[in-house]
Amino acid sequence: MNKQPITSRVHLPILIATAIILLVVVPVLHRCGIISDFTLGNWGKYLCYGILAISIDLLWGYTGLLCLGQALFFTLGGYMMGMYLMRSIGGKAMPTFLSMRGFTEWPSFFLPFSSFPFAMLMMVVVPGLLALGFGFLAFRSRIKGVYFSILTQALTYGAALLFFRNEMLMGGNNGFTDFRTLLGFDLRDIGTKRSLYIATALLLIGVVALCKWLTGSRFGLIQRAIRDSENRVLFSGYATANYKLFVFVISAVIASFAGALFVPQVGIINPSEMDTSKSLEAVVWVALGGRGTIIGPVLGAISVNALKSWASSGATADFWPMILGGSFVLVVLFMPKGIVGLPAQIQGVLARLKKKKEEEEIPAISEKSPATDP
Amino acid sequence: MIQESPMHQKPFLLAAEGLTRSFDGFKAINDLNFYLDEGELRTVIGPNGAGKTTFLDLITGRTKPDVGSLKWDDGKHDLLKMNEYEIYRLGIGRKFQTPTVYNDHTVTENLVLSLAGSRGIWHSLFGKITSQQKDRIAEILKIIKLSDSAYRKAGILAHGQKQWLEIGMLLAQEARLLLVDEPAAGMTDEETYRTGELLLSLAGKHTIIVIEHDMTFVRQISQGRKVTVLHQGHVLCEGPVDQVQSDERVIEVYLGRKSKAA
Repeated sequence: MNKQPITSRVHLPILIATAIILLVVVPVLHRCGIISDFTLGNWGKYLCYGILAISIDLLWGYTGLLCLGQALFFTLGGYMMGMYLMRSIGGKAMPTFLSMRGFTEWPSFFLPFSSFPFAMLMMVVVPGLLALGFGFLAFRSRIKGVYFSILTQALTYGAALLFFRNEMLMGGNNGFTDFRTLLGFDLRDIGTKRSLYIATALLLIGVVALCKWLTGSRFGLIQRAIRDSENRVLFSGYATANYKLFVFVISAVIASFAGALFVPQVGIINPSEMDTSKSLEAVVWVALGGRGTIIGPVLGAISVNALKSWASSGATADFWPMILGGSFVLVVLFMPKGIVGLPAQIQGVLARLKKKKEEEEIPAISEKSPATDP
Repeated sequence: MIQESPMHQKPFLLAAEGLTRSFDGFKAINDLNFYLDEGELRTVIGPNGAGKTTFLDLITGRTKPDVGSLKWDDGKHDLLKMNEYEIYRLGIGRKFQTPTVYNDHTVTENLVLSLAGSRGIWHSLFGKITSQQKDRIAEILKIIKLSDSAYRKAGILAHGQKQWLEIGMLLAQEARLLLVDEPAAGMTDEETYRTGELLLSLAGKHTIIVIEHDMTFVRQISQGRKVTVLHQGHVLCEGPVDQVQSDERVIEVYLGRKSKAA
């Protein structure tokens, strides 16, 4: 009777094979010219979104915290990277958003960002502290469910308004763009692009491994217990607020790193990335892929975005929001476990059909007939 | 009518004095005084709305009283200043009225989460389950007769089995005080009897408060021990079950034989 649910069974060989394809095969094919620069760039983006989706799954799928502001942490990471990239453009000319406001020198908070390690530190510190402060207040006041979701969305909206302001000196609505180099490598160089893609694939694999470990430990048991019955967990002596805070901070940092790798690959970061719809869209990826599975959200992010790049150009462009919304509704109604749960679901349906057929083949001679299993 | 006097010789494990808790003007608990010795198996009975479950809510920190005091372990700890998990960590475990287990976790996982020990994040990430703890889990599974279902999800257990699992979770916790809210609810006579046997076997090792309606069950487990009758949030009387059942006031409250005006 020691039967594990199909969704939580880890198909390790498949995971390793996928990792090798992403990490070795794709770059090699690109080197040989079989995969185009455009496709590689797209896949780099998809994988960043995949990491973002995992960070949502960790919160929503495993802990029951539906965060509708995960794009905020993604964008913050992107901005930290953007500040570094702006500083490494070089030359004496100030970027327009500064020269326009009369700056001839970099504002002081930009200065340390000429160091990449510092920028990386900030990718952890800024989103981490924000999540820590916000989470502390929210979880201490026992804000739950839809109220938590609304608050996270409001936070993101507020932050977007802030970043849109030119006075913020973060580029206003144009954000940062026209990047040149990263760690001395030319960003337009195809080798750099390939390296960025490989770095993204590495991060994705690392994040998957981290989350598999996290959710497989006793910590994961507590996470899911909080999701299913938080009161009981409190009455089992666990300070649930601390656990939620821990997950919230970890997932903010994961999202931030995804954003940091996203920016040099797309070449721009602006506040529209914090848009409410971005956060919602990421939640849809998770639901489509299958929440509480880690791999599912990645599949969801990749498939939705691949579909988007195909469908949002040409004649179907106007219908894209409808396609996305429609598929969300379909999944919620008919595929509660998402893409990942589909094989098990089909198996279940087939088993039921088979049973039905067998029952029909043996017309009720005797209900106790042992002949059902030849 | 309080039969315990403050001059009591032994220190009380739990002492509630002058507790009052009202909800929108309705006093669910009204000037309640309640004293419990270490090692007691106390049964609390009372009609619906007598405040039994609210009393457990107060002890476990789920709600706070308007006035009164609630002291633990000879007054060493003030329960009113603590929250749910701090109170739990003192060794006060609770079985809820409707079985509250983690449905999506296996029976074993339910017990693992309840095992005594650190409740910190670090421990949850890096702590290993010792062989002693494994033995303890196997032992508890035997006590609650769920060894065969160890790896089944708790959600598919029968109602009575869930009740037992929840009692098992209190055992895993090594609670000093077990608060057991209507353990026999929804059980067959046979299951009820076995639950009674289980509680009796735990008495002495643990201090237990059982809240119950079923008088056959109350008779089975009280066996001359003290029974407390709650009525309108107040202790109506205390004593052995026979004495309590023949008490005029109790009969009046339960059966409504006489009205107060008469």
